[in-house]
Amino acid sequence: MALSGLDIYKILPKTNCKECGFVTCLAFAMQLAKKGVEAGKCPYLSEEAGNILADAGRPPINLVSIGSGEGCLKVGNETVLFRHEEKFRNPCGIGFIIDDVLPEEQIKRTASRLGGVSFERVGQILKPDVIAVRQSSNSAEKFAAAVKAAVDASGLNPVLMPSDASGLRAALEAVKGAAPLIYRVTKDNIREFMPLAAQARVPAAVYGDTLEEQAELVKELNGGGVAQILLDTGEQEPRERIWRLTQWRRQALKKNNRLLGYPAVTVLKGKDPYSVAVEAAGDICKYAGLILLEVSEAEETLALLTLRQNIYSDPQKPLQIEPKVYTIGNAGKESPVLITTNFSLTYFTVLGEVESSKVPSYIVSVDTEGMSVLTAWAAEKFTPEKITDSLQKFGVSGLVGHNRLIIPGYVAMMSGNLEEKSGWEVVVGPKEASGLPAFLKNLS
Amino acid sequence: MKLMNNVTLISGETKMSRQEEMLEKWQGEVFTCVIGAKKDEGGTRGSVVKVGGEKTLPFLDKEGSLPNTAAVALEIFDVPPADWPEELVAAYGGVTANPLEWADACVRKFGAELLCVKLAGAHPDAGGRSPEQEAAFLSKLAAAVNVPLIVRGCGDDVKDNTLLPLCSEALKGERCLFGSASQDNYKTLTAAVTADGHGIIAESPIDLNIAKQLNILISDLGLPLERIVMDPTIGALGYGLEYAYSIMERARLAALSGDRNVACPFICFTGQETWKVKEAVAARADFPHWGDKEKRGILWEAVTASALLQAGADILVMRHPKAAEEIKKYACHR
Ligand code: SF4
Repeated sequence: MALSGLDIYKILPKTNCKECGFVTCLAFAMQLAKKGVEAGKCPYLSEEAGNILADAGRPPINLVSIGSGEGCLKVGNETVLFRHEEKFRNPCGIGFIIDDVLPEEQIKRTASRLGGVSFERVGQILKPDVIAVRQSSNSAEKFAAAVKAAVDASGLNPVLMPSDASGLRAALEAVKGAAPLIYRVTKDNIREFMPLAAQARVPAAVYGDTLEEQAELVKELNGGGVAQILLDTGEQEPRERIWRLTQWRRQALKKNNRLLGYPAVTVLKGKDPYSVAVEAAGDICKYAGLILLEVSEAEETLALLTLRQNIYSDPQKPLQIEPKVYTIGNAGKESPVLITTNFSLTYFTVLGEVESSKVPSYIVSVDTEGMSVLTAWAAEKFTPEKITDSLQKFGVSGLVGHNRLIIPGYVAMMSGNLEEKSGWEVVVGPKEASGLPAFLKNLS
Repeated sequence: MKLMNNVTLISGETKMSRQEEMLEKWQGEVFTCVIGAKKDEGGTRGSVVKVGGEKTLPFLDKEGSLPNTAAVALEIFDVPPADWPEELVAAYGGVTANPLEWADACVRKFGAELLCVKLAGAHPDAGGRSPEQEAAFLSKLAAAVNVPLIVRGCGDDVKDNTLLPLCSEALKGERCLFGSASQDNYKTLTAAVTADGHGIIAESPIDLNIAKQLNILISDLGLPLERIVMDPTIGALGYGLEYAYSIMERARLAALSGDRNVACPFICFTGQETWKVKEAVAARADFPHWGDKEKRGILWEAVTASALLQAGADILVMRHPKAAEEIKKYACHR
C-alpha cells in the first residue's frame, strides 16, 4: 500500500547530502511517494528501508502466473472490490479436471478436445486456460504419465493435483519447465510439498481451515522460497466460499494484509452440470482468480467464458466501434442496407446474424455515443436526423442501386419521419437481431 | 476474541499472526416488500413472499442479516406464447396453450412460489384483448392458483393505462406486484395500485439516477417505498448483463450506506431477456461446437440469474423450470 512522503522520510538517512539530486531528504521522499523518482537514486538507503520501499511498491494482490510461454495464465493484481470502481484487471482462469485413472487414450481425447475449445464473441476469442490432472490412482508413474498426456494433448496450462509427494515429484519431472500450479499445499503436506515447489519455482495453491491457518501457511511458504501463491477456498458450500473470497479481497485491499494478498482458486466438484455452472458463475463475479470444474461440456464452458468476459470488461468505457459503413461479405449494388448504433455489443450482435444469414450486406453504424438502440432512441442520439446525416456522410447512396433502408424493429415509430428526412424507403426489420437471418432471406 | 488473545500471549506463541475477519457494518438496509395477502389480510393467497430486508451484500450473512431468500417466479402469458422457442414450450409439456393450466403446472408441478403473468395478449399488435377480458382472466387465474402474483402490462403505454387500473381493481386486496411504471408513465399505475393495496414495479433504463428519481416520484404520490421494487432493465449473459450488474451493485451499496430512495428490492426479468438471444435458441446444427441446445438455453438463463444474485437480485422472473429450480437451490445458500 502506498506510503506517504512523511512515512518515507522517516526511514531515509536524513543527512540532506543532495546526492540524489534533491535539496533535502524530505524533498526526495515527497517525490518517491509520488513515484516521480527511483529509490535507488539515494546511495545511502539502508537495506531495511530498501525492503520497506520495495514492499510498498508491490501490488496489494500479487500477480501470479501459471504455465510458461505466451499462453500462460496471469491472475491477481486486482485493485477493487466492485467493478464499477475500476476494471477488474486479469480475467479469472477457467479450467477442467481430468482424473488420472482414466485410460490414457481417453485422457488424450478429452484433453485434446478441451485444448481446442474456442469461441468468438464481440471480436474476442474466448478459451479455457488450464487443464488439471487429479491423482486418484496410487501410482506416481501413472499420475505423471497422465499429466504429460493431458498437457501435451491440450496445450493448456497445467495444474497438478497429486495425492502425495511422490506423485508431485514425478509430475513436476514430467512437465519440467511448464510452470504448473501445484494444488494444493496444506498443513499436513507442507513439509514435503514446499521444498519441491521452491526447487521447481512453480506456483502453489494453499488451503487452511481458518483465516489464521491460511495466513500462517502463506508465511511459511514465503519463508521457504515459494513466492507465487493462490489461496484455496476448499470444498465449501457457496455461501462460505463467497465469504472467504470476499474476506481475502478485503484483507488485501483494505488492510494491506500481505499474507492474504494473493489471487484465489476454487474447485467445483460434482457431476451436475447445472449446479456446477451456477456456482461457478457466482465465483466468477465474486473474486475467484482460478476456477477448476469437474464438468467440461461445451454449453457450460461457453456460458462461463461469456460471463467472465462480461464481468472483466471495462465499465468506464462504453464499448464503441467506429461509426461508418461496414461491408459484410461480397456486398454490391443490390445488397440490403441495415442501420444500427455504434454500441459494439449491438453492432457485433447484428454483424453475427448478418454473417450467419450469408446475405452480403452493408451495415451502417450510426454514432450514438456507444448507446444501444432503445437507449439511444430515448436519448435522441438515434433520430431520423442523425441517421440521415450518417447516410450522407458515409456516401451510402453511392454504394447501392436501390434506396431501401432496414431499421431495427424497436424504432419502427420513426419510419415515416425518417422516410421524409432521408428520402430513403424505410423497411422495418425485426426487433431482435436473432430475427435477421430469416428476415434477410425473405427479403431477396 | 480478547480471551484468546491473552491465551496466545501467555502461552508465548507470539509467532502466530493474528488474523481478524473484516466485517462491514452498514447503516442502511433494503426495504422489505411483501407480496401476496392471505385471508386474514383481505386476500385469498395461500402464502406470502417477502423479499428484501438485506443488511449487507448478497451471501455475506456472517456480517449482517439477509432475512429473505431471493424469490424465484415462473412467468406465464395470458395467451399462448407466440415467440417462445420450442424447447421452452416443451418443458411445460404442452400446457402453454391454456394459460390457466399453464399457471397450475407452474405452481403444482414445478413448485413456483410466485407467479408472474404478462398480459401480452392485450397488446394492439397481438390481438388487443380488452381490459375487461384481461381483468376477468386475472380473476380466474387468482382462483386457480393461490401463490402471490406479479402482473405485467403488455408494454404499450396507452393500452396499459386503461388495462392495468381495471386489472388492479379485479385483484384488489391480493397485494400483487404490478408493472411497470416508468419515468414517463407512472401516475396512472401508481394511483391504481395505491388504492387497491398492491405494490409496483418501477422500471428504469440501466440508470441509477433515473431509478432513484422514479422511486421518489412514485413515493411522492403516496405509495410508500416498501411497496416498490426496482427493475433495472437487465441484459442477458453476453448481451449487456454487466451494465445492469454494476448499476445494481452501486444501488445496493448506496442503499446499505443509508440512501433510502434506492433501497428497494430488485426484480430481474431473466427469462424474458434470455430466451431471445442466439446462444439460448440457435439450433445445434448451426453451432455444433456450442453443445446441446436445450441445456445451453437452461444454462444461459441460470448463469444470467446466478450473476444477478451476486449483484443483489431479490426476485428473479424466470421461464425455464429447470433453470428456476437450480437458481432457487443456489439462492437458498445465501
Ligand atoms: S541522497 Fe539520500 S541521504 Fe542524500 S539527500 Fe538524497 S535522500 Fe537524503
